[in-house]
Amino acid sequence: MTAVDWQNLVQGVPSLLSGLLVNLEILLGLIALGFAVGILVALVQVYSPRPLAALAVGYEWFFRGVPEMVLLMLIYFGLRQFKVRITPFTAAVIALGLRSSAYQSQIFRGAIQAVGRRQMMAALSVGMTRLQAIRHVILPQALRLSIPPWSNEFSSVLKDTTLASAIGVIEVFKKARFIMGRNYALALPIFLVVALFFLFLTYAGNWALGALERRYRIPGFEAKGAGERF
Amino acid sequence: MALLVVEDLHKRYGKEEVLRGVSFELERGETKVIIGPSGTGKSTLLRCINRLTEPDRGRVWLNGVEVTSPRTNIYRIRAQIGFVFQDFNLFTHLTALDNVRLGLIRVKGMGKREATERAMRELARVGLADKADAYPAQLSGGQQQRVSIARALAMDPKLILFDEPTSALDPELIGEVLQVMIELAEAGMTMLVVTHEMGFARSVADEIIFMEKGVIVEQGPPEVLFTRPRVPRTAEFLRKITEFYGESG
Repeated sequence: MTAVDWQNLVQGVPSLLSGLLVNLEILLGLIALGFAVGILVALVQVYSPRPLAALAVGYEWFFRGVPEMVLLMLIYFGLRQFKVRITPFTAAVIALGLRSSAYQSQIFRGAIQAVGRRQMMAALSVGMTRLQAIRHVILPQALRLSIPPWSNEFSSVLKDTTLASAIGVIEVFKKARFIMGRNYALALPIFLVVALFFLFLTYAGNWALGALERRYRIPGFEAKGAGERF
Repeated sequence: MALLVVEDLHKRYGKEEVLRGVSFELERGETKVIIGPSGTGKSTLLRCINRLTEPDRGRVWLNGVEVTSPRTNIYRIRAQIGFVFQDFNLFTHLTALDNVRLGLIRVKGMGKREATERAMRELARVGLADKADAYPAQLSGGQQQRVSIARALAMDPKLILFDEPTSALDPELIGEVLQVMIELAEAGMTMLVVTHEMGFARSVADEIIFMEKGVIVEQGPPEVLFTRPRVPRTAEFLRKITEFYGESG
């Protein structure tokens, strides 16, 4: 094993960091999209009449069933086929976001069902509409229950942002490949650095989610917060 | 016209006919108690009155307005009918105060300060002003049920429906809930109560309705039903339930 080319490694780090910033931008976009669509799909599956609910199940099946890499290709090249010009970055956000929305929808559906019909009934009994009940009674509880499984999805999509490189987004994985291409001896250390980046982000993200969970813990409620022991 | 008129309500779940034509009336300020074996449609009846469950057939009027008409704004109606559930169903993520306040703010459109004052008044009425900031999971069952009564009262209901309000409570907590209900009846609240508490039925009800298998078997003032019921089945049920639950409640 050759000695580590420290100089080139250190010089590569700023480039890697600028790439990582792109991953974070994709992450932000895909999570926002996945969250919004995911909640909508969950609500439709639980509360809407059968034909519409079936449509939501079909949506979820499609975006959970097609490999992410294939989704990226379908959306990026597919839209171009129809003369819709989108950047690789936008295509990545959409493809990964829709995929995540399907996974997130099942997190939210489980949580909504765990809150239960009785809470809905109590809300209706004081005269709230179903939308008011969902907004003020069901979702505040369901979102709390969603945090632990949602942290799983977060950790997963965080890493999936590197897949965007497949349609030409210059993000951290691609940058690492560039650096490696200049000097193959750097392959191991450079990817170790990339691995450390993601380990750190996973840690930071999950720490923040844990803090969120503790912040919104319902006093005295059986479902105890992060780190609580039984 | 009576405050509440229920006419020929029918409801079936699959093959099972839970309600098979129930009719009765409730006057302003009156308390009626519905008794009967479990599974005879008492809870379904209550839920059909404010259409938390849609009846298959039959009509309901509240204060002259037909509740069961498709043109009626059911949310308006529900806001005028308090509902107290067997298992309290307080909003678990909200404090006692917020549980009582939510409907005032979201349904009645009341300002926050006014809603808070009103909610605190109702909490005081059920003896829980000091628990305003407690969450449901921090309260005993009896306290939770009293908060849920305060939640119903805050909306200024014309009528409160109680669905076995003490059945989920430990025996030593039943009294505090019944006490609140007795005070309400004395204050002139119109109440329709499904319960197994015969002591309460006997002392508070203006009239008792005995239901079985989806129909009203017999109804009348408690002194008549308890001492000389017309139907033998009523006598049999009352004897059994009194043996089981005792008379004091």
